[in-house]
Amino acid sequence: MTEKPSGLFHRDRGWHPPALTPLYKTSVKRSPAAAPIAMPSTLSEDTGPVFTRDILGPQDADLIHNFASDGQSAIGPRIIVYGRVLDETGRGVPNALVEVWQANAGGRYRHKKESYLAPLDPNFGGCGRVITDEQGNYEFRTIQPGPYPWPNGPNDWRPAHIHFSIFGRSFGQRLITQMYFEGDPMIWQCPIVGTIPSREAIETLVAALDMRRTVPMDARAYKFDIVLRGVRQTMFENRLEGL
Amino acid sequence: MVQKLDTLKESPSQTAGPYVHIGLTPNFSGITGVYESDLGTTMLGDAPKGERITITGRVLDGTGTPLRDALLEIWHADASGIYPGQDGADADVYGWGRCPTDMDSGTFRFDTIKPGAVKNRDGTPMAPHVTLWIVARGINLGLHTRMYFADEEAANDADPVLKRIEHQVRVPTLMGQPQGDGTYLFDIHLQGPGETIFFDI
Ligand SMILES: [Fe+3]
Repeated sequence: MTEKPSGLFHRDRGWHPPALTPLYKTSVKRSPAAAPIAMPSTLSEDTGPVFTRDILGPQDADLIHNFASDGQSAIGPRIIVYGRVLDETGRGVPNALVEVWQANAGGRYRHKKESYLAPLDPNFGGCGRVITDEQGNYEFRTIQPGPYPWPNGPNDWRPAHIHFSIFGRSFGQRLITQMYFEGDPMIWQCPIVGTIPSREAIETLVAALDMRRTVPMDARAYKFDIVLRGVRQTMFENRLEGL
Repeated sequence: MVQKLDTLKESPSQTAGPYVHIGLTPNFSGITGVYESDLGTTMLGDAPKGERITITGRVLDGTGTPLRDALLEIWHADASGIYPGQDGADADVYGWGRCPTDMDSGTFRFDTIKPGAVKNRDGTPMAPHVTLWIVARGINLGLHTRMYFADEEAANDADPVLKRIEHQVRVPTLMGQPQGDGTYLFDIHLQGPGETIFFDI
């Protein structure tokens, strides 16, 4: 008997933010009013695209340098962000594509629609990507992003954060989330963070400072593990399998 | 007290925000020279089997205004109903595409081939369909939906997913409408009359 993937664990919708969260105003007209229709995953959600390392350039996981002119580097506190991509069963997810984007050290994004008065850093683009190893480990280097104000309430600010997009094995595992930094008081007043119903869930998005992984005289390290939905394993001979 | 279950909780979702394009389609957003090209812009190799199609449409909010900052991904099988990565899959059908909505008009567009029927877990066929995932500012958890082909009436009538939908009056929201030239029009309504069906998979 072999184990074969056969469907995703159902999603705990009470753990995720609901669609309608009025304190995050943009959600009001962009949230479906009907309940999503529940269905067991099929082959269409259990399968998904696979990415290989040949898509990666040599500096894709180094945001300090991947947009910088030769010999230059981005301005800001240098950090290493590392961790594992796991699924709900605790297994590491190998070959997961992790894509990240963030503001610069002043809290400014490199985007035409961004109007915050903090300056652009000519040596910082704000995107990077990495593919996890056989145990699900990933690591990249960047500068710590700054907090920034955003149009929502009259005086709302985002805590410093890095956006993460993750591909597991299945299209149904697709996830976008954000990483926050240990000790940041801005986390607890942010309406976007506040869309998450429980403090316990929010805390799983706060990366811990890890002085042991810090490179002395170079960069501090933050550890951020990401959990994707579990893939159910069933005994091959027990039922018809699509995969 | 009982023993603890040895499972973890999925990381909670957060909105993709207004600058998702910086991360996922940097060349589209004007950040060039970091990645050679944006992932998911090409869905086919040189000689894919099957009928060439274009899927296009807009994502509309509850006021009917198109989102100009959304990002969509689609995933579908090859013309024989086999997904990339499975045995026998057509190597020239990548099955996955990623497209930001146009910053002015709000339209998205995928050029690919029409997928075949995929087998459900019990072996019965599902009607040909494309799986879509939509993220944007204001969307707290990425939305999963499907586009079926309105000109596959018999297959659609027998589709196990469409059949389980209680409010059959909403099923047309999942139909890509053929425009006669291989183009299928698929507008996604996040809210309001004609709200698209989204799935809790
Ligand atoms: Fe942000």
